Amino acid sequence: MIHFVLLISRQGKVRLTKWYSPYSQKERTKVIRELSGEILTRGPKLCNFVEWRGFKVVYRRYASLYFCMCIDQDDNELEVLEIIHHFVEILDRYFGSVCELDLIFNFHKAYFILDEILLAGELQESSKKAVARLIAGQDALVETAKEEASSISNMIAQATK
Amino acid sequence: MATTIMDALFQRTLEDLIKQSRLNLIPEPTFLSRSLDEIRKELRATDLQTKSIALRKLCYLSSLYHVDMSWASFHCIECMSSSSFAIKRIGYVSASQSFDEGTPVLLLATHQLRKDMMSSSVFDSGLALGCFSLMANGDLAKDLCNEVFALLGSSKVLVRKRAIGVTVRLFEKYPDAVRVCFKRLVESLESSDSEVLSGAVSVFCELARKDPASYLPLAPEFYKVLVGSRNNWVLIKILKVFARLVSLEPRLAKRVVEPVCEVMRRTGAKSLVFECVRMVLSSLSEFESAVRLALEKVREFLQDDDPNLKYLGLHALSIAAEKHLWAVLENKEVVTKSLSSEDVNIKREALRLVMAMVSEDNIVEISQVLLNYALKSDPEFCNEILGSILSTCSRNLYEIVIDFDWYVSLLGEMATVFHCQKGEEIEKQLVDIGMRVKDARPELVRIARGLLIDPALLGNLSLHRILSAAAWVSGEYLEFSKSPFELVEALLQPRTDMLPPSIRAIYLQSVFKVLIFVASSNFMERDLNSVSFHQSSAIPGETSKGESIINLLNLVESSVTPLLGSPDVEVLERARNVVGLVELIRNEMSIQEQNEELGFLKLVNLLNDAVSEDLGPVSWNAPDRVSLPDGLILRDNLKELDAVLGGIELPSSSPFSVGVGSLFGEKTDATSSDSRVIEDLEVTNESNESTSLLSEHRRRHGLYYLPSEKSTNGAYDYPPANDPKSEEAGTSGDADDLVKLATQSFVSKKRPSNAKLRPVVVKLDEVDAVPVEQKRAESNDNLLSDAIREILSAGEAARGIAGANTFPPEESKENSRPIKSSSRKGKHRSHHRKEKDSSHSGKQERDREGNSRSRRHGDGRRTRERAGDSASVMAVATIVPDFLLE
Repeated sequence: MIHFVLLISRQGKVRLTKWYSPYSQKERTKVIRELSGEILTRGPKLCNFVEWRGFKVVYRRYASLYFCMCIDQDDNELEVLEIIHHFVEILDRYFGSVCELDLIFNFHKAYFILDEILLAGELQESSKKAVARLIAGQDALVETAKEEASSISNMIAQATK
Repeated sequence: MATTIMDALFQRTLEDLIKQSRLNLIPEPTFLSRSLDEIRKELRATDLQTKSIALRKLCYLSSLYHVDMSWASFHCIECMSSSSFAIKRIGYVSASQSFDEGTPVLLLATHQLRKDMMSSSVFDSGLALGCFSLMANGDLAKDLCNEVFALLGSSKVLVRKRAIGVTVRLFEKYPDAVRVCFKRLVESLESSDSEVLSGAVSVFCELARKDPASYLPLAPEFYKVLVGSRNNWVLIKILKVFARLVSLEPRLAKRVVEPVCEVMRRTGAKSLVFECVRMVLSSLSEFESAVRLALEKVREFLQDDDPNLKYLGLHALSIAAEKHLWAVLENKEVVTKSLSSEDVNIKREALRLVMAMVSEDNIVEISQVLLNYALKSDPEFCNEILGSILSTCSRNLYEIVIDFDWYVSLLGEMATVFHCQKGEEIEKQLVDIGMRVKDARPELVRIARGLLIDPALLGNLSLHRILSAAAWVSGEYLEFSKSPFELVEALLQPRTDMLPPSIRAIYLQSVFKVLIFVASSNFMERDLNSVSFHQSSAIPGETSKGESIINLLNLVESSVTPLLGSPDVEVLERARNVVGLVELIRNEMSIQEQNEELGFLKLVNLLNDAVSEDLGPVSWNAPDRVSLPDGLILRDNLKELDAVLGGIELPSSSPFSVGVGSLFGEKTDATSSDSRVIEDLEVTNESNESTSLLSEHRRRHGLYYLPSEKSTNGAYDYPPANDPKSEEAGTSGDADDLVKLATQSFVSKKRPSNAKLRPVVVKLDEVDAVPVEQKRAESNDNLLSDAIREILSAGEAARGIAGANTFPPEESKENSRPIKSSSRKGKHRSHHRKEKDSSHSGKQERDREGNSRSRRHGDGRRTRERAGDSASVMAVATIVPDFLLE
């Protein structure tokens, strides 16, 4: 299973973290520091796996972002690489050629998408179309709610409540 | 009220916050604390919209700057309970980021989670399930078990899929949930929807990792997935499940091997190919054709330019190395080339493989090549190489080392490698070889001399341990030393100041031994009446000159005297011993001109005797071998002894109140040379009082003492700590072992060309049986596997009762025996013959299996196993249905 997902920028800034196994806040900070030190220093032509504390971390670099996932020793590394790619492709479709800034300003959306792809550390939806559909559905729901909330009459109603 | 509106209107959004943080106008800590203050204030608002924006900002800060947000957990729950999906979603995301099992407000979330799970909106229940999977604890899992069960049967694929994913966590936290949910989970394995199937297989993959045995009965279901599915995600997971099951039930392998090879041939996906390869090499290694196919794929991987595939190829080879070493040898070239790869992972994997290829024929060449390579590589990898050479060569008591002279010099060479950090291991092996391999001692002493003499080595901190071993070895096996004088000079050179006290003490102890040795051989030559001792002929003639002895004494005295002020007791004590001995010899030499006094000669001989006994290796379980005598009651509490011992006054002046301990220790190893010092003192110290005390003790508790040979002199009547004879008794026939070993090594010698015979390595029979505490599985895991076994067997028992009439009972009974060992195989085969008819029909049915539902058939099978045997639930749980086992 996937224990955690990390997105780290080339400068070592964290862009997204998701923990599927219990790690305390302190451990999380330590893990991120340790791994970004190890992964960011690796050259471009090396393999995409890092053995770390009895686990394996599979990472892949897309532009300025490193996508890292930590898995068990006997999990399939290539499969995880594909999951990473799957995630990136979905992000790309959603944002329209995604860049780091998209993820910075829409960090919660990145979380929503990730939640559709992974559940309890396992791949949950392998169809890009299905994920796109789900996210679009959720967005539509939010949009209508927002419109309602921001209408003047609604605000007045709330104020005079 | 107005303030709320104003707050809402002028609240900074997340975007503002991010923009500000990116502008870097103010330093980060100030920015963080200011933002946090602002968020705190906003969270206090009654308006959920304001609250949710604040929460989103907090969540952002927490995930990027690791700001603690546990204090806001109640606000998360408030947002979760909002009827607006936008706010609810923010609440859930923040909760899943910040909650854990111990979050106190989790209790409050239970109701909300339940409500959302059962909500008619797919999105709501999706959120609730996702959140549940991250933060469920025992109570939450228990409370929501029924909801998850209900959702497992949902008609909406999306919901059902998520519910399946959540079950792993549910079972882990609340094993009783298995009783409720397991059946539906198993049914999902038959789902036509690939996403549902994929989810279910993932769950079983995860469950089977912890306790594969419980899932053996589900083998037919898994098998159907294996042959039926075309989805790579599913196949990878199901292969993992089978890899675990096959290792428990070897007969499954025969069934599975063909489909696995089929998948391997068919697919183009590298991840799936690799999974097949891994499974074949690890679990199906006895199937020649499958292994060959897998290795073909491995070769493709190795030849690929992609470093990932190369790494995985090497990794697969290292799995194969255990049983199919030829596979590694075939790819020797690639492996050795990979050693110089720029990727540490690949290098490491290649090193592992190179070490796997090592045998007694090529160890010399390989080690030399690796050592040369280590000199050129970076410090970390250099030490990895050294470490793996050390561990491979020392494996099984230096099994593959034939030429110990070579190995010892290799150790010496390693010590001089600049980056070497393996001092401790090299120290251990140097001393160990000294004790175990008699024939290696001359070379060992030669190497030790080289190490000790070089003043440059003293400056390298990581080498100190090796130097301590060298000092010990050269003191212990002095008889092989070419020049004891030179040795003393080396041991006392000024730079030894740099050594830590504990090692300094060992140096001094070696000086002490050299002095005794020189003195005894010197006086012996003078005194022709003396009894002949050990071969002291190793001393060159020049040492007999009184002049050189005096020089030696002067040198020792001048360099050791400053140490009398040493703050370290070990050093101090040994320095005193040495200085005392020097004085003794001096006095004696002046008296000896008259050649009358024999007392001193005797003393020197005694001392020499004491230090020249061979030390042997100690077995791990030597203390256990002392059997408990009849009538002896061992008490844990020794307090009562005070009453007994109160009357006895131990002579405080004599140091062997401690020394007694060394007798119990039976045999000392390298590090406990202090006990020998004590012993030495015992000899010199003529305290009759204590010796009589000891002999009294010995008379009473003789059993705990080692049987001694007749004492040769009256000064003491207990055996020296390292009496070879006592060793023999203590370790139940060391000599026998030696003989056995010697004959073995003769027998196994198949290469007459090898002129050099491997020297005998002293082995203690159980030396390798280091007691290992087996780690016990966590209680929760036990609970889970118990529950699953129970559910599987109970379900089948129920079905069995229904179908019991259709099958002859005695057959079923035989069938339901737990099958574990291969010794039972024969029995089962005969049983299969008996059952031929039914299994034949089963086969036909299986052939048609393709698209028709054959589940009932599987049920029938299991029914037969189960019938009449619903009582011994646990015992039968590991049965695999027959049709998979033929």
